[in-house]
Amino acid sequence: MSTHSTYELLRQLADSWGLVATMILFLGLVAWPFRPGAREENEAAANSIFVEEDPRGNDNVQ
Amino acid sequence: MESVVARAGMWLAALFVAIVFFVNAVDTGFAVHMAIFGLAALAGLVISLRKTDYLAVANGTRLAVDQGRYDDDLIRIGVILTTFWGVVGFLVGLVIASQLAFPALNLGLEWTNFGRIRPLHTSAVIFAFGGTALITTSFYIVQRTCRARLALPGLARFVFWGYQLFIVLAATGYVLGISQSKEYAEPEWYVDLWLTIVWVAYLAVFVGTIMKRTEPHIYVANWFFLSFILTVAMLHVVNNINIPVSIFGAQSYPLFGGVQGALVQWWYGHNAVGFFLTAGFLAMMYYFVPKQAERPVYSYRLSIIHFWGLIFLYIWAGPHHLHYTALPDWAQTLGMVFSIMLWMPSWGGMINGLMTLNGAWDKVRTDPIIRMMVLSLAFYGMSTFEGPMMSIKSVNSLSHYTDWTIGHVHSGALGWNGMITFSAIYYLAPRLWGRERLYSLRMVNWHFWLATLGIVFYASSMWVTGIMEGLMWREYGADGYLVNSFAETVAAKHPMYLLRAFGGVLYLSGAIIMAINVWQTVAGKLRQEEPLRQAAYDAAADRPLPAVAAE
Repeated sequence: MSTHSTYELLRQLADSWGLVATMILFLGLVAWPFRPGAREENEAAANSIFVEEDPRGNDNVQ
Repeated sequence: MESVVARAGMWLAALFVAIVFFVNAVDTGFAVHMAIFGLAALAGLVISLRKTDYLAVANGTRLAVDQGRYDDDLIRIGVILTTFWGVVGFLVGLVIASQLAFPALNLGLEWTNFGRIRPLHTSAVIFAFGGTALITTSFYIVQRTCRARLALPGLARFVFWGYQLFIVLAATGYVLGISQSKEYAEPEWYVDLWLTIVWVAYLAVFVGTIMKRTEPHIYVANWFFLSFILTVAMLHVVNNINIPVSIFGAQSYPLFGGVQGALVQWWYGHNAVGFFLTAGFLAMMYYFVPKQAERPVYSYRLSIIHFWGLIFLYIWAGPHHLHYTALPDWAQTLGMVFSIMLWMPSWGGMINGLMTLNGAWDKVRTDPIIRMMVLSLAFYGMSTFEGPMMSIKSVNSLSHYTDWTIGHVHSGALGWNGMITFSAIYYLAPRLWGRERLYSLRMVNWHFWLATLGIVFYASSMWVTGIMEGLMWREYGADGYLVNSFAETVAAKHPMYLLRAFGGVLYLSGAIIMAINVWQTVAGKLRQEEPLRQAAYDAAADRPLPAVAAE
């Protein structure tokens, strides 16, 4: 494949399916923390840096 | 015993390789660098042999490391080195700012002229100060948030010291005149290869630690660190595809030429800002700001949107460095549009950081470390507003190639990167050395105000001089000729260059105060001082009023 047609191919892809796929991927990733039931998980994650005990439920942090 | 022999053998082999390259070197700079490589290998050999406890090896009684403690040895060294590199980098910055105002300070020597010292300054602050801070804090944060000891401890030491060797090679190279002349990527091909090895090891240590985590969720700071490590690896490799003239010489030529080369360079250059100076430091922000404020981040959801927004948008913004060049027009417009869109996730992140203090705003008054964090977030917001604005083509036609760009970079670097790193150092120092508190909070306060004033002098003088020279360059007379010669714009800028250098003096003084404070904290001293704020109390007035007899 010549350099010129490689450019044309990539340019076409970037303007069409590549753009659509990237957009869907981006929107999906952004929507993910808004899925039902994510609120508790987010809260737990945000507070995880303050939890002092062993997350596995053991009393002694080894 | 085998591991001791294998380790020593590796160092010895590295030493021999360095000697072979040294002997065959075709230029002085390359020979000096191979000598530095050799000395580093020799140091590694001596240290690995001397630190081995031979008696324990012979008896088979080597103590296992305590898995119940975090691996903080490197982090302690990292805090000290970050402070050291900060002071060095700011000092070199002050030197070149003074050289611009007083050219005699170039000293007439090839090693000390502006052209060689400027990359020394940019690399010292970005890669030595910023990079050491990033490696240090990432090792600290990944252990705490994963509740796991650092994976691959031997490799982690290689990463840390290998990166320091990279800094020494880069710095000495600039002074000796070794440069491949790519912005923020000046080191030559062999130093680039060395950094690639170190960086892959860094990725292995970081991912290894995440994989052995006991915490179910990977905290968002680690997402930012991981994106920083991965993206910098990709940028570094693609941008540094150079072909050396000789494998025994420092000189090399880039594979990409012309406008393609320019685009690759600025794709690298802008994403170095995006993923080294933004994503990595945001990881610090998302850990240290909630910890210092003792409140969880304002919105964890927003932090995830912030993350994906930066990842998907930043990578396209590079072409805004090449407005009105041979780069195709559509690519310039693409870069501009994505730069403007970046404003949204950036401000989302700034708001997220600032709102973490919601309900605890009094801490801005009482805790100078929180105040520093707030200022750093404010500068993150200001520079991520200014940047998109400057990427608009019509604004860029005025601002490009002027000192406005320098002012913009420094409001981001001194304000955002500097301040968040200082506050991280102040957070870490008492914890890492088991001290009750910092040596002095009042000195943090002094540092805060000196640094803030320094940035104000720096940024405002660069705005004035940048817009002034932009206007002078484009001024046409009635006869259609340019009114000002270049030398006239240089002369007009002199007063602003003095103000900028003064701002640098203030910023450097603040950093020196920090160095003293960290030094004394490490030494275990506590300065006897008045607390920063106490509510008014009058003992004489603190009593009941005597009853007055009725008339």
